[in-house]
Amino acid sequence: MIAVEGVSKTFGTQHVLRNVSTVFETGKVNFIIGRSGSGKSVLTKCIVGLLEVDEGRIMFNDRNFTAMNEQERKAVRQEIGMLFQGSALFDSLTVEENVMFPLTMFSNMSKAEMLDRVNWCLKRVQLDNANKKFPAEISGGMQKRVGIARAIAMNPKYLFCDEPNSGLDPQTAIVIDNLIKEITYEFNMTTVVVSHDMNSVIEIGDRINFVFEGEIWWSGDKVDILKTTNDELNNFVYASDFMRIVREKLQ
Amino acid sequence: MVFSHRMQIFTNIGRYALLMASVFRRPEKWKIFYRLTVLEIDKIGVQSVGIVALLSLFMGAVICIQTAANIDSGWIPVYTIGFTVRQTMILEFSPTIIPVIMAGKVGSNIASEIGTMRISEQIDALDIMGINSANYLILPKLVGALFIFPFLIVMSMVLGITAGAWVGELAGVISMPDYQTGITYDFRPFQVAYSLIKTTVFAFIIVTISAYYGYYTKGGALEVGKASTQAVVYSIVLIMICNLLISQLVLT
Ligand SMILES: Nc1ncnc2c1ncn2[C@@H]1O[C@H](COP(=O)(O)OP(=O)(O)O)[C@@H](O)[C@H]1O
Ligand SMILES: [Mg+2]
Repeated sequence: MIAVEGVSKTFGTQHVLRNVSTVFETGKVNFIIGRSGSGKSVLTKCIVGLLEVDEGRIMFNDRNFTAMNEQERKAVRQEIGMLFQGSALFDSLTVEENVMFPLTMFSNMSKAEMLDRVNWCLKRVQLDNANKKFPAEISGGMQKRVGIARAIAMNPKYLFCDEPNSGLDPQTAIVIDNLIKEITYEFNMTTVVVSHDMNSVIEIGDRINFVFEGEIWWSGDKVDILKTTNDELNNFVYASDFMRIVREKLQ
Repeated sequence: MVFSHRMQIFTNIGRYALLMASVFRRPEKWKIFYRLTVLEIDKIGVQSVGIVALLSLFMGAVICIQTAANIDSGWIPVYTIGFTVRQTMILEFSPTIIPVIMAGKVGSNIASEIGTMRISEQIDALDIMGINSANYLILPKLVGALFIFPFLIVMSMVLGITAGAWVGELAGVISMPDYQTGITYDFRPFQVAYSLIKTTVFAFIIVTISAYYGYYTKGGALEVGKASTQAVVYSIVLIMICNLLISQLVLT
């Protein structure tokens, strides 16, 4: 479980996060949704410590991450896996080397053990026969899979995904979404997905946090979200004609 | 506006110092550090041998011919040609001009490589894993460059002086024995040492300045290009300033 308690973040005079509090539950896919520029990525980066918070604290299973020094944070970081928006694979390394990277840096496994683990991870994301390819030689959907494989290589307790299906076609997007859901349940991870895609929310969302102008405007599950009476959330959820048709059908 | 530009300089110096503080840490794994350093020695050094050799050969040859053309007075001994080639190569061309060329070749490469990693979140990916990204990315380049630069510079000196000898004889401006007298006349090994120290400082400037501009790139491909230009310009400016300071300090 990750608890965000009263977090604020300012860039110069711009208040990006104001007193944000929420909880991400273990074994569930927790969403952070909101419009572009609402502060979703900044919130995520504050949680994992890529940005320092101005106020408030972040708790990883009752461990106060905000108060830790670099050395203590490093221990927590090794329990975190992250899938980046653009996959962020190391482009000088092959697929296999990318997934092996955290293992070579932090584990004491032998080469053969590492290779076993890598192959297991790649198989888990249904990516065989791409071991020796470079990131530039595979498709966006395959890059995301490698990103997931790298993120789970160290058996993380916490998984963060920043816009996991941006830039993917709808079918591939759903495959990636479901992969995230399956892995979350299989390993009982605390998963946080940042997205603005209502499709994903409906497909795999367990708990949803709606960020509006740097505040958590609404939290709930996906049944609640479709019948929300919150104006800003309504505008967000029913922004497309498609969703408006869904609303009519629901009523 | 003027005020904010002045502040910009202090911000840059402060951030540069902070970056250096994280670069000079113990590597996560020595074996990996060692492997990366060897890779960088190849990328920075071995792959620059061609261009450095070419420039040095031509410069040695040209200095020889230029000097010969300018001393056709009976009062100046002909071995001056060899002497001039040696002094020019050892004191300035090899230790200063070669690093300026390297700033263009290696510096822009370092800035764009690290800048691309920044904008594509590869550096965030390293940081998330708990890896000190500055140390992991920059230290092997720095150690590699500090190691290989002196070799490149000595090679440049030797090739330049040799080319002067060949061309001097081929063009009939100076005989081999006269040239030899020239290149050994009043030879002070200290000057070679001085040049190598200078070069080491320049290697440090090129790698750290270029890495700095790459590491703090924000935005997209356009900004990576800008970072790489800034890396080259500021490296060269700093090389020139330090060259003046070091010459002033050591030779007077
Ligand atoms: N490092 C930064 N420095 C200054 N402003 C930033 C920085 N990162 C994000 N911002 C600003 O914070 C706001 C929220 O950004 P972000 O969290 O990336 O939005 P999104 O919800 O689309 O992920 C934006 O207005 C952005 O310009
Ligand atoms: Mg974002």
